[in-house]
Amino acid sequence: MSSRRLSAVNDFVVKFANVNGSGSASANALFAKSLLRMGVPCAPRNIFPSNIQGLPTWYEVRVSEAGWLGARGGVDFMIQMNPQTWDKDVASIEPGGYLFYDSTRALPKSKFRDDVTTLGLPLTEICNAAYKDPRQRQLFKNIVYVGALSFLLSMDAETIETLIAEQFKGKDKLIAPNVEAFRMGRERAKETFGEPIGLVVRKSDQVGDKIFIEGNSAASLGAVYGGATVCAWYPITPSTSLAEGFTRWCKKFRIDAATGEQRFAIVQAEDELASIGMVLGAAWNGARAFTSTSGPGISLMSEFLGLAYFAEIPAVLFNVQRAGPSTGMPTRTQQCDVLACAYASHGDTKHVLLFPEDPYEAFEFGAQAFDLADRLQTPVFVMLDLDIGMNERLCKPFEWDPNRKLDRGKVVTAEMLENGFEFGRYLDVDGDGIAYRTYPGTHPTKGAYFTRGSSHDRYARYTEDGAAYVDSVERLLKKHATARTLVPAPQMIDAAQPTKTGALFYGSTSPAMQEALSMLNKDGLQVDGLRARGFPFADEIKAWIERHDQIFVVEQNRDGQLRTLLTAELGIDPAKLVSMVHFDGSPITARFIHGAISKALQPANVEPRRRIAS
Amino acid sequence: MSFLPKPKLHHPNLPTNKLGYTRRDYEGTISTLCAGCGHDSISAAIVQAVFELEIEPHRIAKLSGIGCSSKTPNYFLNPAHGFNSVHGRMPSVATGANLANRELIYLGVSGDGDSASIGFGQFAHAMRRGVDMCYIVENNGVYGLTKGQFSATADRGSKSKKGQVNADEGIDLVQMALSLGATYVGRGFSGDKEQLVPLIQGALLHRGPALLDVISPCVAFNNHEGSTRSFDWVRAHNEAVNRLDVIVGRDEIVHAQEPGTVDEVTQHDGSVLRLRKLAPDYDAHDRDGAISYLAERKRAGEIVTGLLFVDPEPSDLHAALRTPAAGLNRLGDAELVPGAAALAAVNASLR
Ligand SMILES: Cc1ncc(C[n+]2csc(CCOP(=O)(O)OP(=O)(O)O)c2C)c(N)n1
Ligand code: SF4
Ligand SMILES: [Mg+2]
Repeated sequence: MSSRRLSAVNDFVVKFANVNGSGSASANALFAKSLLRMGVPCAPRNIFPSNIQGLPTWYEVRVSEAGWLGARGGVDFMIQMNPQTWDKDVASIEPGGYLFYDSTRALPKSKFRDDVTTLGLPLTEICNAAYKDPRQRQLFKNIVYVGALSFLLSMDAETIETLIAEQFKGKDKLIAPNVEAFRMGRERAKETFGEPIGLVVRKSDQVGDKIFIEGNSAASLGAVYGGATVCAWYPITPSTSLAEGFTRWCKKFRIDAATGEQRFAIVQAEDELASIGMVLGAAWNGARAFTSTSGPGISLMSEFLGLAYFAEIPAVLFNVQRAGPSTGMPTRTQQCDVLACAYASHGDTKHVLLFPEDPYEAFEFGAQAFDLADRLQTPVFVMLDLDIGMNERLCKPFEWDPNRKLDRGKVVTAEMLENGFEFGRYLDVDGDGIAYRTYPGTHPTKGAYFTRGSSHDRYARYTEDGAAYVDSVERLLKKHATARTLVPAPQMIDAAQPTKTGALFYGSTSPAMQEALSMLNKDGLQVDGLRARGFPFADEIKAWIERHDQIFVVEQNRDGQLRTLLTAELGIDPAKLVSMVHFDGSPITARFIHGAISKALQPANVEPRRRIAS
Repeated sequence: MSFLPKPKLHHPNLPTNKLGYTRRDYEGTISTLCAGCGHDSISAAIVQAVFELEIEPHRIAKLSGIGCSSKTPNYFLNPAHGFNSVHGRMPSVATGANLANRELIYLGVSGDGDSASIGFGQFAHAMRRGVDMCYIVENNGVYGLTKGQFSATADRGSKSKKGQVNADEGIDLVQMALSLGATYVGRGFSGDKEQLVPLIQGALLHRGPALLDVISPCVAFNNHEGSTRSFDWVRAHNEAVNRLDVIVGRDEIVHAQEPGTVDEVTQHDGSVLRLRKLAPDYDAHDRDGAISYLAERKRAGEIVTGLLFVDPEPSDLHAALRTPAAGLNRLGDAELVPGAAALAAVNASLR
């Protein structure tokens, strides 16, 4: 046993190393949810390589009384249930940390570390003795280790047992055996280890009314609230669960109880070209439509996106980003499609992007995207990523103003046409760059027009006249400027004292950045934060950049894509914007940001700071 | 009627249909295609077909891809909305449009390059998915708009204007549509309006995926000797299996029938398709039979035209999706947004 042992209350990282398909996912989720029920914030993350033999998966839970939900890095307590990944897993434990494993089969001493406390429990043996059915032996093994863990971490047994009962509600027969397995693990741990370890979960009140949900599920609920009726998609990790989520929510909310009629249409298309084609056809025809995809899908949709931009057809795209280029690391996270989406397609194009930070905003922007798309008559991208999309995250409860109405934008009705409305499909009547449109079939003789990707005049007539072309693409710029005032405004986090140094970030970098800013503040380093939430950039962003002398642009891609967008679109001196990038496919951490910014601000005297309880 | 760009002569004697529309109301802007292009004849057939069917022109949505053929929706049905999309992708756009509003009639116009080359996948999936639409391929065996390259429907061995011989097997979209589950499949010839107009009418009334392959000679690039899509070749090799009359429920039956060779098909909307059979053994209800008949006639060097298959009880994508009878685009906040109370319940379930 090691001499130095980590001890901490509600502030550590637990990681489960499992074999895919062993039924561990629900046990691990039970663990995370128990923490929340005890009032202790936590942030779990699934780590699932796409193509490694033996299909290992990891589930990492950051426990944080302070509510820091970004990945921390490092592991304090490893629950090692997959012999295949043993060596790497053991090596990743922090000095003074703990290793819990199935000790049924003895392992040579060389497989352990001196500076890590080893906690072996013969899980296989216990389950083989208790259960006959091989499937049960496997499934209950997971609950047994949750029981053991609950003892070691001093967790409240009652909370967990209540949760088990909730989890199996409706399948009540399963409650008692699961509770039994849980108790068995807890008791065996007590017999074997005697004492809990130094990492302690203590009841708290830091969760409040927060909810716990995956970003993809939240975004698809946003689509339901945003009035989407048509979803066309093609499976691709990590976006698949978004379309599946939409299916689930629609089944809950959009099926007529009496007739069984479905107030939605979901089509799994033959590819992403067809997905976006269907979205455009539906939106052209007045339905709210979206697709969900990831980088490779965006590439395929590119030609159609030019058409949508130029012919001015609404569309909503949820891009759940993953590490590219090409297949890249399909199960790893990045923010690497910012430029690909901002300028998607050939010719001069610019699109509208929204950057949600968590499931709350995934819902919020997911709904808002449909209003924006209809209002602006153009594609709108909701830029999620794997980290937000595929992990359950603690966030504010969703809100919906009962008086809120779907904003369909500028649509001319039959009545308006009858009353003499002068309809020109590309006529800028209001001076905001946005013209009026009609839905097909509106009126027998008025309001029809021909939609095309070729150059058109203000009345949608084909033209190759240079002046008419310039007129229409310049109006699109004006419309883009209008978009600037409609996308969500940035959010600022001011340092304790006035400063000329800032950090600009967006999307899933948010939790790590918030924590890093707090760490910097504790160090006495003054750094203001700005979280961009939309593109085109709101005026406040430019003003904020102008107020600062040095700005770190923190993002999760190699090339500093948002930084490029800022310099290109706002005319900012690139020297002022320091790129700070993290792009190995793991979620960015506060440790990384804090280290990089500290080093940049005071290169001489930084000690790498480690937030390990000791 | 103030918005038709074409000058309208209100000739008092211009015949009107029951809706009070003249044929002019079904026309489009003036064609910019080559004089004599087969595609223009098809546009004229569409105008006549819809006028005679007495469908209000704005109840049709016209969609197309890219090509000379795909330009034509501009040349008919001006009061209808049109969508000239991207090359080969009309089927997906039409699918989406149809999903949004099943109450309109969808008329897709495409070319052989558009549907058999770049858009072959989308063509296939629209058919197998059962999109309720009239899908017309204006088939000239070449890429007209890009000046005469072979398309994927060009017959093996046919000669291009520049003298090149096509070495690749030609795709027969009629064969494809039959095996992909289209429920109304026919072939016409732009030069035979009498056969073509009822074929289009039947397809527009059909409530399922209807495919019409219309041989449409390109006078600029594919009307020479050695071409198998020239007027002369098609005239000489056309083998019509039947002639069609479409009788909308309310009309008197006016056409004289050839005794003993008439087959009546009542479509779902009550309209009757009367098939005057020219090939006495031809059965338009036999999908497999149609496939082998086509193959057999092809070996004999013939281009079979007529209504090759019809399923009088078609189903479509909406039936599978169980969508309401009214268009999804008509649903309002109350039907779409679950509301604040439902959201509070969702929140509660996520704690
Ligand atoms: C993505 C893309 N590639 C190529 C083209 C160029 N292009 C325009 S029309 C056409 C061929 C059209 O052939 P077809 O569909 O047979 O129509 P036709 O002109 O013969 O009626 C091509 C290749 C294009 N518009 N888009
Ligand atoms: S090039 Fe051929 S297909 Fe195109 S308009 Fe001329 S004749 Fe018609
Ligand atoms: Mg062609």
